[in-house]
Amino acid sequence: MERFSFVFLVAGLLFFGLAFAVSGWIPMLPVQHLEVRSVEQLAQQPPLEFLELKEQYPEAFAKAFGDVPPEQAFADALRTGHRIYVAEACWHCHSQQIRPWGNDEARYGRRSFPEEYHNELNMPPLWGTRRIGPDLIRRGGKQSNDWHVAHFYHPPDVSPYSVMPSYPWFYEDDGLTPNKQGLSIIAYVQWLGSWVETVDETVYEIPYLEELYPPVERPQPAAGEGEETPTDDVWNP
Amino acid sequence: MVDRAPSTPAGAAAPLSRPLVDKGLVKWHLIVAMTWFGIALLAGLFYSLQLLQHWPLPKIAVLSPGRIRMIHTNMIAFGFLTNAFLAMLYWTIPRLTGQRVLSSKLGWLIFAAWNGIVLATYVGLHLGQAQAIEWGETPVWVDPLVVVGALLVWLQFYPPIVRTREKALYVSLWYFSAGFIWLGLTYIMGNFFPQYLVAGNAAGPLLGLYIHDLVGLWVTPMGWGMMYFFVPIILKKPIWSHALSLVGFWGLAFFYPLQGVHHFLGSPIPMFAQYSAVISTIAIEIVVTTVIINFFMTWRGSEGTLQRSIPIRWFWVGALNYFITCLQCAFQVTLTFQQVIHFTDWVVGHAHMVMFGVFSFWIFGMTEHLWPKLTGHEWWSSGLRRWSFWLTTLGLGSMFLVLTSSGVVEGFMSLNLAPRATILDTVRPFWMVRSITGLAIIAGFACLAVNMVMTARAGRITHVDTEYTPYEEVGDEEVALGAV
Repeated sequence: MERFSFVFLVAGLLFFGLAFAVSGWIPMLPVQHLEVRSVEQLAQQPPLEFLELKEQYPEAFAKAFGDVPPEQAFADALRTGHRIYVAEACWHCHSQQIRPWGNDEARYGRRSFPEEYHNELNMPPLWGTRRIGPDLIRRGGKQSNDWHVAHFYHPPDVSPYSVMPSYPWFYEDDGLTPNKQGLSIIAYVQWLGSWVETVDETVYEIPYLEELYPPVERPQPAAGEGEETPTDDVWNP
Repeated sequence: MVDRAPSTPAGAAAPLSRPLVDKGLVKWHLIVAMTWFGIALLAGLFYSLQLLQHWPLPKIAVLSPGRIRMIHTNMIAFGFLTNAFLAMLYWTIPRLTGQRVLSSKLGWLIFAAWNGIVLATYVGLHLGQAQAIEWGETPVWVDPLVVVGALLVWLQFYPPIVRTREKALYVSLWYFSAGFIWLGLTYIMGNFFPQYLVAGNAAGPLLGLYIHDLVGLWVTPMGWGMMYFFVPIILKKPIWSHALSLVGFWGLAFFYPLQGVHHFLGSPIPMFAQYSAVISTIAIEIVVTTVIINFFMTWRGSEGTLQRSIPIRWFWVGALNYFITCLQCAFQVTLTFQQVIHFTDWVVGHAHMVMFGVFSFWIFGMTEHLWPKLTGHEWWSSGLRRWSFWLTTLGLGSMFLVLTSSGVVEGFMSLNLAPRATILDTVRPFWMVRSITGLAIIAGFACLAVNMVMTARAGRITHVDTEYTPYEEVGDEEVALGAV
């Protein structure tokens, strides 16, 4: 047990191989049959928000994606948006997985399921391990394009407590019109979760609207009026 | 019952015409490691300021906070830890085997190659070429180079281990022998499979394995090997129990690689994989305890060294931190804890405790011990040595406490569906304290760095002849490692 050959073969190779089999290969088996969809397949039905971007910023849109059918433009936007999402380390502060516990489903919507990750944009998957900002896997369409345009430029403007960085380089020089990067990252975020309704009819989603409300003043329940809690505000605006 | 460790520093039969250890390589790897460490510390400080809504750098793309965050973690892994471990290997392996490493020229090639890789990663991250693999954000075009770098490491360090005339290797060498091969395998598994071969749910477990194995199968084996080498030498007595070190090694080798999935508990990965990761994580607690017992039992009877020897202080606090962090592991991996703390600062505190509180502390202990030997000068200032130790220890300790508490607060607020604005408002004071602790750590490191520079330049000369004399020094170590 103290010889080089034994250490090298058993610890170095055998145990590593065993662990790879147990916790790498076996978990692959249940999802082996799932097809890995390409970006082009994903982009077949651009969500309304993307079509709206074209109407809102026709010049910037034409400059960014050219004069191509919306599916093609959307595929381009998804690729670029995904690249930016990785490059700017968005995935280090925003997760893309909803767990079946910890009240995740109440907060963000339907729990994650394997099928939604089997595509080119999840090679590797962007599950994330930290939530400084909210989870994004059901985020698409929760806010308008206008909100995102204002938000990426300077997040505290629309969400005062936000610690998200500003991304002025997502915009033309006027600081108002998103350039290709801005349009793409908005398209990417607005796409997240847009597939849920078509995958499963039993989806339930609870509106997650906290950022439409002013930062919560800590409730100071007067005597006899202690029933209302901050969470009630979220559920019943 | 005290076992005898097997005899170790073998060979050294005939007088050596060339020095056994190439001190230049040790020294330069250490210098470069410290440089990357400084950069990583600044990156961490800047990022913590973004979380206070004060970004100190211009708001331009190459200096985007997210990119700085990845620089923080990657420079620690590949810039600081790997360089420092290479320095450690160039010092320890020839002494443990009595054989030179394959070639000094190859050594300088590895030096250039690894630091080229780190530099390329640094530039690539600034330019927005990150890869979506946590702790492996090295741009995809750098990945093959890292594998080549790992191959060169095999080529350099396996020959002395194979050639040594000792039949039973010392415990450090088990860790090194396995660690080199694990580095290559882990990197290939983590950076190529999820990028090119499998997607989504099939790739997720591999990402978990990668993050975990880079810690468990590269940093940990090197760190433990380092501890098992330097602690007996500094204390001038053999390690307490050979049997416990056997349990520690084989337990690590068996259980550690099985745990990767615990980074994605609650994800769509099948539950059997998640449960197996949880169980093996709790199991490794037993293994870790053996190493910690071995350390403290070796130290027992030499309590006074804590006052006299700065290196042993770093090792001692590191071992204590190791106990804390591993005890934490066994609890935080349970699904009960996971509900609350999974996505919070708790994990950030845990990561700092392991990477900084344990392995970086041990590296500092090694540096404190080696730097006078490398430069031939006494430490320039003993005051700075103490300041460095206390600032870093208190800074890191309070950082761990504040991040753990903010994680608990954040976790329960999140569980109770508090709006995110409220959560952010609540943790802000914690984050302020965190930035201050970061400043303390940077000040501590500055003390060490200044002291290292001044020692090299102006320290009192200890040996007129700084050439390595194998008999004399190996003789010392034979006593320490129990070979006499």
